[in-house]
Amino acid sequence: MKKTIALIALFLTAPAMAQTAPVLRPPPPDEGGLTGSVSDEKEWQDLGIAIPAFATDANQPTPANAQGTGALGVEVARVITADLRNNGLFLPVGPDALPRPAYVEIPAPVWGTWSGRNADMLVQGYVKAEGDGSLTIGCYLYDVALRQQLVQKDWRLGPADWRRGAHKCADLIYSRLSGENPFFDSKIAYIAETGPKGNRTKQLAIMDSDGANHRFITTGKATALTPRYSPDYKSIVYLSYLNGNPRIYVYDIAAGTQRLVTQSTNPTFAPRWSPDGRTILYSMAVNGNTDIYSVSVNGGPSRRLTDAPGIDVGGSFSPDGRQIVFESDRSGSQQVYIMNADGSNQRRISFFGGRAATPEWSPRGDQIAFTHIAGNFRIAVMNPSGGDLRHLTDSWQDEAPTWAPNGRIIQFFRTERNSGRASLWQVDLTGRNLRRLPTPVDASDPAWGPVLP
Amino acid sequence: MTRKLATATVLAGAIALAACQSKAPQALPPQPAGSTPPPQAGGPVPGSQADFLAQMQGRDVIYFDTDRYNIDSEDVAALQGQAQWLMRYPNKRASIEGHSDERGTRDYNLALGERRANAAKNYLISLGVDAGRLATVSYGKERPVALGSDEASWAKNRRAVTVTID
Repeated sequence: MKKTIALIALFLTAPAMAQTAPVLRPPPPDEGGLTGSVSDEKEWQDLGIAIPAFATDANQPTPANAQGTGALGVEVARVITADLRNNGLFLPVGPDALPRPAYVEIPAPVWGTWSGRNADMLVQGYVKAEGDGSLTIGCYLYDVALRQQLVQKDWRLGPADWRRGAHKCADLIYSRLSGENPFFDSKIAYIAETGPKGNRTKQLAIMDSDGANHRFITTGKATALTPRYSPDYKSIVYLSYLNGNPRIYVYDIAAGTQRLVTQSTNPTFAPRWSPDGRTILYSMAVNGNTDIYSVSVNGGPSRRLTDAPGIDVGGSFSPDGRQIVFESDRSGSQQVYIMNADGSNQRRISFFGGRAATPEWSPRGDQIAFTHIAGNFRIAVMNPSGGDLRHLTDSWQDEAPTWAPNGRIIQFFRTERNSGRASLWQVDLTGRNLRRLPTPVDASDPAWGPVLP
Repeated sequence: MTRKLATATVLAGAIALAACQSKAPQALPPQPAGSTPPPQAGGPVPGSQADFLAQMQGRDVIYFDTDRYNIDSEDVAALQGQAQWLMRYPNKRASIEGHSDERGTRDYNLALGERRANAAKNYLISLGVDAGRLATVSYGKERPVALGSDEASWAKNRRAVTVTID
């Protein structure tokens, strides 16, 4: 018990020193990630967290659950538990293995119930049906050893958005205990794949960060590739072979309509949003020569940013919108370059052998994720000067990294040799927590959006 | 065999042919009057895509080295054959499909396929084919014709395929 207090005190006051604290529990089993890369998260990862069923003041009917708010409270706690467990965060124990606190206990835990359970932290909460049909979901985080509330928040949501309440609670816990920015309450756009390798059907699809609320957007009649969510989640920019030629479209999610980003007889591809959602970067091939252009999301003339003979493609804005990291083969092979947002001051930053492709700037600004091609295709990160190269994965073909909104986790897709089957994966910056994301069919080209407000 | 497979895939893609071993489509759209000689018994309609494939004997496809898009001597022979056929049927248009192997990232491969298709197109233009008759489309790594993950398959997939438009 003393060790627990010491650890928590250290953690709460000086996270950077936490690596000197004793380890209370053996680390979770290795799921195939690389080891020994970075270990600054070790101690807080080992916090045991009890997450009993959320209580309700009175079991009332809600469109969110056929059995009412009582059963919904169990589901909310399960979603929070899965969020933390699936991302290798802490050591959560969910509602199915715990006693169920009463509604009156939520703001005042019965400490004796929890202190004997090897739980360092306790998450309690409630679900309440409001008169207008909406739900209020409340979330409390307690330190069991200190017998103290660390943070509390509640959210009022439409019944269809009940999972967001659970994700918000998971975000609250994660942020309070790690000091990092939240990321669970976010969505992913990707390409769903079916059919034979020589003629894959590729559909645009979206889902929540935990894979729930999955939805196919396009039918697959026209091949769809490389989606990116707009920062406000209202639209998705992507490539479609509608009408036979590759062009980029902006798809309006609420309206279900789409429009061309730019009128051109040339192929356009590799679309990207600026952080403020006002500008779209795209690549266009003219007489076989591909360059990067930018255009206002409202249309109008495009601005050509690169003019090197060769392939300049992709691009990802720095979080402040001032710079763009992109790939070019102007040196003879794919390498990563940085330029100012107006195209000036283009300079290569990748100098470590092999090819370097698909750079994506971290939302925190401190790292660039990319595909390192040297034999195998591996997900790697470097700093914006091209230093501190670190590989996060090692498989036959991993490509197209996309950042979690907090810049701590990277998703990418992995292609299986010979079969060509692709799946979505994610890995944290330590390289230790590697896992496959469940999708209804094969999947590629993930694009992680920002945290919902 | 490889070329026959490539041919079959092109056909399948172009006209939704059901059986991939078929050499020619069962039905062809009508030809513009006066543009082609009358069909000969047993053979494909002269000036049709089927005729183009029969005449080319696999030379409707040219192949490239990894990350390259230059036209080598073997490609020159194939493109000369294509140009002669296109000059013989001046009303026919053609689309050149550029492809890459699977060992590249998606966006780059789209750009690379476009570069290969344009290399073929520009060579045909240099041989006298009117630029207005030629279109290009890149499929990047989306439409492999050889399905293995080995050098031999990749070499077959790094290609530009000329498809005449009936």
